[in-house]
Amino acid sequence: MIVKRASRSRSDEGRWFPVGTGLIASCCVLLVAGIALVMVHGSWLSIQKFGLNFWRTSTWDPVSGEFGALPFLWGTLYSSLIAMLLATPVALGIAIFLSELSPFALRRPLVFLTELLAAIPSIVYGMWGIFVLVPFVRKLQGLCPGWLRETPFFKGPPLGIGLLAAALVLAVMVVPFSASVAREILKSVPFSQREAAYALGATRWEAIRMALYYGRTGIIGAIMLGLGRALGETMAVTMVIGNNPQISLSLFAPQYTMAAVIANEFTEAADDLYLHALVEIGLVLFIVTVLINALSRLLIWRVGGGRREKIPLAPARAAQ
Amino acid sequence: MMTTGRQVRRKIVSGAFVVFCALAVVSALIPLGFILFFVLSRGITSLDLAFFTQTPKPVGEAGGGMANAMVGTFILIGMAAAMAVPVGILSGIYVSEYRRSSLASAVRFSADVLNGVPSIVIGIFAYSLAVLPFKRFSAFAGSLALGIMMIPIIIRTTEELLSLVPPTLREGSMALGATRAGTVFRVILPAALPGILTGVLVALARIAGETAPLLFTSFNNRYWSTRLDQPMASLTVQVYTYALSPYDDWHRQAWAGATVLIAAVLVFSVLSRWATRRLERMHQP
Repeated sequence: MIVKRASRSRSDEGRWFPVGTGLIASCCVLLVAGIALVMVHGSWLSIQKFGLNFWRTSTWDPVSGEFGALPFLWGTLYSSLIAMLLATPVALGIAIFLSELSPFALRRPLVFLTELLAAIPSIVYGMWGIFVLVPFVRKLQGLCPGWLRETPFFKGPPLGIGLLAAALVLAVMVVPFSASVAREILKSVPFSQREAAYALGATRWEAIRMALYYGRTGIIGAIMLGLGRALGETMAVTMVIGNNPQISLSLFAPQYTMAAVIANEFTEAADDLYLHALVEIGLVLFIVTVLINALSRLLIWRVGGGRREKIPLAPARAAQ
Repeated sequence: MMTTGRQVRRKIVSGAFVVFCALAVVSALIPLGFILFFVLSRGITSLDLAFFTQTPKPVGEAGGGMANAMVGTFILIGMAAAMAVPVGILSGIYVSEYRRSSLASAVRFSADVLNGVPSIVIGIFAYSLAVLPFKRFSAFAGSLALGIMMIPIIIRTTEELLSLVPPTLREGSMALGATRAGTVFRVILPAALPGILTGVLVALARIAGETAPLLFTSFNNRYWSTRLDQPMASLTVQVYTYALSPYDDWHRQAWAGATVLIAAVLVFSVLSRWATRRLERMHQP
C-alpha cells in the first residue's frame, strides 16, 4: 500500500515537471510568432496603401505621405554584399588556421581574441568608425588614381562617410561569427577524411580542401549566419554610412540602410502612416533575417548530424 | 623519388594557402588592436570623477558626467534579467531534459532564430507592446526589449552547461529514488549553477552594450530618474548622442563611456573563460 502511494506521488510529480517547464519553454516559440503578428499589425496601413510598390519606388517623403523603401533595401543589400565579400575569405582563413594549422599553445588565446571581436558593442565600433575609419577612408579616396575615380564604383566627393566605411565596419563585425561556426564545422569533420587524403599523398591545402568539401553545407550555413548579422546591424552602420537615401553604385557615396532609417526616424514618426511604413521596413528585416537564420541553422545542423545541440550559438551576439 | 614541376607547384600552392590563413588571423587581430588602442587611449584620459558622479550639464557647457546613465543601464539590465533569467533557465532545463522531444527541437530552433533577429526589430516589438498603448517612452519598455534578447542566450547556455554535468550524478540520484524534478532541481542544477550564473553575467554584459533597442523604448533622460514608467538614460544611448554631437567635451565623454563599456566586456569575457575552463576541468573524468 505504502509502495503504491509512493509510486503514485512520484508519477504525479513526474507530470507537472515536463508540462510546466515545457509551457515556459514554448514561450520562446510563441515569441517569434508574436513578433511577426505584432509587426504585421503595426505596419498594416502601409502594407494596404502601398502594397509591393513600397519596395519598388524610391521617394521617401514623410511630409506628403509618400513612402518608397527601395534606397534602404539597396543600401542594406549592397553594404552587406561588400562586407561579405571582404569577410568571407578572412573568416574561413581564421577558421582553418584555428582548427587545422595553429600551434596548440596559440589556439586558445587566438580563439579568445577573435571572439572578443564579437563582444565589442556596436556603438563602440560606430565611434571607432566615425573618428578613425572615416578619416582613413577619406585619405584612401584621395589616393585613388584619377581614372579609377571616373568609374561608377569610385566616384563622388571625398566625404569619408559612405558605403565603403560601413562595409568595412560590417566586415570586421561579421568575421568572428562566421569564423567561429565554420571552426565548429571543421571540427566535426571526421579526422579519417583528412588522414585518407594525406595517405594518398595530398598536400596540406589539398587535405583541407577535402575537409571543406565534406562540410560544405555547414560552411555555407556559417557564411549565411554572418550575412544575417550584416543585414540587421544597426548602430555602427548608422553612424558611418552617411544616411542619404540614394541608389548609387559608388562605394564612396553616402547611402542609407533599412536598420539605419528605423534607428534615425522612429522617434520622429508623427503620423500613423509614417510609423507603419517604418514598421514595415522592420517587418521585412525580421522576415529576411528569420529565413536566413533558419536556413543556416538547418545547414549547420545537417553537418553536425546527431550532435546538433553541441554546435553552439556562435560567440553569443554582438551588442547593437 | 623525383620531384617534378607539378609536385613543386602543389607544394607552393599549399604553402601559400597556409600563409593566407595566418594573414587572415592577423587581419582580424589588427582591427581588434586598433579599436582597443584608440578607445582605451582616448578614454582613460577622459575618465574623471565627475564622469561617475555627475549628471549631464546643459547643452554646450563643459563638464558633467554620466552617473544617471550608468545607474539607468544597471536598472534596465537588472529588470531585463529579472524577466529573462527564470524563463531562460526553466526553458533550458526542459530542452536539456527532454532533448529528443519535438518541442525541444522547436525551442532550440526558435532560440537560434530569435538570437539572429536584429535588435532594432526587437526594439520595434517592445515599442508596439509597451510604448504605443501608453503613449510614453518608459524604462519598462527598454528592459522588456533587453529581456527578450536575453532569453535565447540563457536557454542555450543553460542547456550546454547542464549537459556538462556527468550522467553518474543523475543516475545516483535516480537510484536513490528521487523524482526527475527532484534530480534536476536538487542535484543537476546546483552542480551546473556556477556556470549558468556566469553565462547569465556574460549575457548581461552583452545586453548592457545594446543601443538600438533602447533608442525608442527607454529613450534617454538628462536627469536622475528611477521611475519605470518614465524615459530612462542608458550608457549606450548617451554615448551615441554624445558621439554624434558637435561638442569636443561631449566627444571626450563619449570616449569615456565607450571605455567603460569595453572594460565591462573584457572583464566578463575573461571571467566567463575562467569559469568555463574550471567547470570543464571539474567535470573531466
